[in-house]
Amino acid sequence: MADAIIKVENLSKQYRLGEIGTGSLSHDLNRWWHQIRGKEDPYLKIGETNDRTIKGSSDYVWALKDVNFEINRGEIWGVVGKNGAGKSTLLKLLSRITSPSTGVIKINGKMASLLEVGTGFHGELTGRENVFLNGAILGMKKKEIAQKMDEIVAFAGVEKYIDTPVKRYSSGMYVRLAFAVAAHLDTDILILDEVLAVGDASFQRKCLGKMNDAATNQGKTVLFVSHNLSQVQGLCKQGMLLENGQLKMTGAIHKIVSEYVLGNQQASSIDITQLPRVGPKSNDFFIRKINFITDTTSIKENELITFDIEFECLRPIKELVLGFVIRDTMDANLIECRSTSTLKKMDIEHAGVYTVEVQLSPALTAGMYVLSLGARSVNGPLEYVPSVTNIEILPGNDEQEEWNKPSAGIINTPSIWTLKP
Amino acid sequence: MQQENWSSIIKSNSSVSLNSIKEVWQYRDLLWMFVKRDMVTNYKQTILGPLWFFIQPALTTALFVFINRAANTSTNGVHPILFFLIGVTAWNYFAECLTKTSTTFKDNAYIFGKVYFPRLILPLSVVFSSLIKFFIQFSLFLATLIFFLAIGNTKVDIQATILLIPFLILLMAGLGLGAGMIITSMTTKYRDLALLIQFGVQLLMYGTLAIPLSSIKNETMHAILLSNPMIPIIETFRQAFFNDSSFNAIHLLYSCIVMVTLLIIGFYSFSKTEKTFTDTV
Repeated sequence: MADAIIKVENLSKQYRLGEIGTGSLSHDLNRWWHQIRGKEDPYLKIGETNDRTIKGSSDYVWALKDVNFEINRGEIWGVVGKNGAGKSTLLKLLSRITSPSTGVIKINGKMASLLEVGTGFHGELTGRENVFLNGAILGMKKKEIAQKMDEIVAFAGVEKYIDTPVKRYSSGMYVRLAFAVAAHLDTDILILDEVLAVGDASFQRKCLGKMNDAATNQGKTVLFVSHNLSQVQGLCKQGMLLENGQLKMTGAIHKIVSEYVLGNQQASSIDITQLPRVGPKSNDFFIRKINFITDTTSIKENELITFDIEFECLRPIKELVLGFVIRDTMDANLIECRSTSTLKKMDIEHAGVYTVEVQLSPALTAGMYVLSLGARSVNGPLEYVPSVTNIEILPGNDEQEEWNKPSAGIINTPSIWTLKP
Repeated sequence: MQQENWSSIIKSNSSVSLNSIKEVWQYRDLLWMFVKRDMVTNYKQTILGPLWFFIQPALTTALFVFINRAANTSTNGVHPILFFLIGVTAWNYFAECLTKTSTTFKDNAYIFGKVYFPRLILPLSVVFSSLIKFFIQFSLFLATLIFFLAIGNTKVDIQATILLIPFLILLMAGLGLGAGMIITSMTTKYRDLALLIQFGVQLLMYGTLAIPLSSIKNETMHAILLSNPMIPIIETFRQAFFNDSSFNAIHLLYSCIVMVTLLIIGFYSFSKTEKTFTDTV
């Protein structure tokens, strides 16, 4: 039997829009009048789902509406969703910063939430004093902090500065120390809101490692909210997707992430004129569009993916080379292909719009990948678009039973096995 | 049926319970950390440092003495400097508890919006860190008292009621905390009342300290003044050192009842407000 540690039932949170003034006073009086007569809050019945793009008629919105889920001990959950989907509201309710409008949250164990690192840090206090203060705010006992002090300081790597006021710290040292305190919390449940988005890459890896260790070896439960999908995928096993204040789905993290990414990009034709460019940029060459002939950016393992790249040249270009890179969500380059592999010498003699078609069967295992496009000529780079779209590769062999699905490896290569007598 | 064994349950309208007091006890280390933080940071990078603790009561006392001389009111034979200094010292403690706790939610909205800990910790930490300031100022009073005794131009007559001083401090802390908690709860959404507090405390100070109760003969005036629960406390302080009036236990009991009432209402409204104030502050 699963050991539930957090159980959320019909959780909703309503917010009132607009200013506080005489208008809200009359509503408050009305609410109070209903309350003393023992009636239900009249404003809980109205309100709309939280879609910022559509201006609603009511002053009330549901930042969260009827959310239900259950988390078991030792699980690492990722929460994904667009800005305003209700992620932060959910975390605020879970960490008791504000109360839900309706619904219940049941928790079994000691919980700490990190909606920010270094809450309560005071610039005038020394690093050591701040560790004590911050630790106490997060619910640690003084004795506990004293015991872990050396470990915390070593983790943050600020031994030399520990007795200096933190206002003299570099911002990197500041957040490292702050996170180090949090990382040494001894709780059953840890709630993290994008706090890993601090520090340099090596410190981020250290933090992720620490979190992973906390969950797998110490049996802690972690709930992690981030927009960095590779971090979410790297850390979490389960996930939930929030959309406009409602829980859209829960399940294995890769499914959640692909639903989140693909849900935003259903189109088979992607206009890339507005996407960010990196590196040198020519003024008379533009990659304009990518069309997926297969109608979608997700294919099965071993299947062929076909797409058109449309580009515009404002002047003749000699020896144009187009190319693309497929990366995984951890940013490792897996595949690089260039048009020179079949189009030896592509000389564009007239200005105009051209299209090339690409076919490939990426030898990759199931997962999420990112496609980048670039172009260069004999004279140097023309353009590079680092993230054009996500490509999802779905497990090819549906007959395979769940326990026997490959889980490791990136490259999908056929192998022939024979049992010898 | 799964065993429903939850260590904590968060609901929308969970009623106010005494659990939060238990929680405060669990977080007592944090209380101490906040007190320490206030002490360390208050006077860092000022040249006179804690000397500022003396300057404010000295100047306020000087003003009272000046008014007293100008209006020629009675101080029951006590030297006006001592008479007013003890009043100002005691009043300062109450006023600091009141004004600082009355902005708890507003001042700490940021930290409250980021992390959960029993909210009561912060007003309590104010009461404790103000206590340290009180002791420093009280030592100023004692030094002045000894000085006047040495030059021998005042009436000093220490009474057994001096033993009540810890209790008087508790009363002032309770009154300030209770009233402060009520005000901070009422001002998270509509801030009107907060504007009143600043000069309200000033006005009340003059009403409390300027005139000794025993010199008021008009009975209605006497009753009006007595409705101020701080007056019996200040009177007892003076009586303990100077025996300038008779000790009145009934009056002190009244202050006590007011304190308990304020604390109960304050605790209740504070607990109600802390749940959702981050949405409205």
